Amino acid sequence: MSGFDVLVEVRLRAGIADPEGATIERALPALGFEGISDVSVGKAFRLRVEAVSEEDAVTRAGDLAHRLLANPVIEDATVTVMP
Amino acid sequence: MGTGGGAVTSVGVIVYPGTNCEHDVVEALESLGGRARLIWHTSTDLGGCDAVVVPGGFAHGDYLRPGAIARFSPVTGALAAFAAAGGPVLGICNGFQVLTEAGLLPGALQKNRGLTFLCTTVTVRVETTRSALTNRATLGQRLRIPINHFEGNYTCDAATLRTLRDHDRVVLRYEDNPNGSVDDIAGICNEGRNVVGLMPHPERASQELLGSTDGRVLLESLLSAAGVPVGA
Repeated sequence: MSGFDVLVEVRLRAGIADPEGATIERALPALGFEGISDVSVGKAFRLRVEAVSEEDAVTRAGDLAHRLLANPVIEDATVTVMP
Repeated sequence: MGTGGGAVTSVGVIVYPGTNCEHDVVEALESLGGRARLIWHTSTDLGGCDAVVVPGGFAHGDYLRPGAIARFSPVTGALAAFAAAGGPVLGICNGFQVLTEAGLLPGALQKNRGLTFLCTTVTVRVETTRSALTNRATLGQRLRIPINHFEGNYTCDAATLRTLRDHDRVVLRYEDNPNGSVDDIAGICNEGRNVVGLMPHPERASQELLGSTDGRVLLESLLSAAGVPVGA
C-alpha cells in the first residue's frame, strides 16, 4: 500500500442551473475581464488515499465521491491523482 | 402512560447538531393536542413513537451540502426503517433536505434561483389530500406559510418529475414560485404517501400571534396520520 494525493472535483451536471456561476460571469465585464465565459462553480476536495495502485486509489476515491462528496441528482465528480 | 393502559401516541422530533426548529415543532404539535419529544441524532431507537418530524435548521452545519452528513447519523437509519414500515414522517425545510439526501424522497434542493436567502411568507396550494401532511386539508386549499431557506429550489430529472405528477405525489405547490423549484413544487411525498417533505414551515403558522394559523391543518394531518384524535 502507498499513499496517493487525489483531487476530487464536484460540479453541477450539465443542464442544472448554476446561478452562482452565472452571477460571477455577469460581474466580469464590470471588472474589465472580457472573453471569459462558461463560468461554473463547484467544489474541490483534496484527499490522501492509501491504496495498492493508482488505479485502486482512483476507484476508492471515485466511490467516495459518488456516495458522499457529490449528490448524483445534480452533481458529477471527477477524480484525478495528483503528481 | 395513559391510565387505560393503552400506549400514548407521541411524535418524535429529531435533533441533529445544528437543528434549530425543534422546540417550535414540539410547541405547535402540543398546542394541537399531540405529544412530542426530542430525539437526539445518535439514538438508534425512536422509542415507539407514532410519527417523526425532521425539523428545520442546519443539520451538521449544512457542511458539504444541506442534509449530506445527517444521512450518516445513527438516527437516520432508524428513521428509514420507520418510514419503510409505513410510519408517518415529515421533513420541514432542512428536514426535507435531509430526507432527499437520505434517499427517502427523490430529487434534490439546490440554491434558490436568484441566489437570495428567502425569509418571507408564501401562499401554497394543497395539490393532494392523500398524504400524511394533507389528509385533513381540502384539495386546492390555499395556505399562507413562512419560508426561510437558501437551498429550497427543488429539482429532479424528467422521469422523476413525471412519476411525481402521474402518481399524485406533488403535495404542495407555490402560487408564486419564490425559489425556482421545478413545477412550482413546495412539497412532495414518497410512493407510500407516509413520508412528506416541504420547504415551508407549518409550525411557524400555528398561532394567531405568529400571523397565520394556516399551518395547523398540516400538523393536524400529521397527528391524524399518527393516530391522534384531532379536532371535532
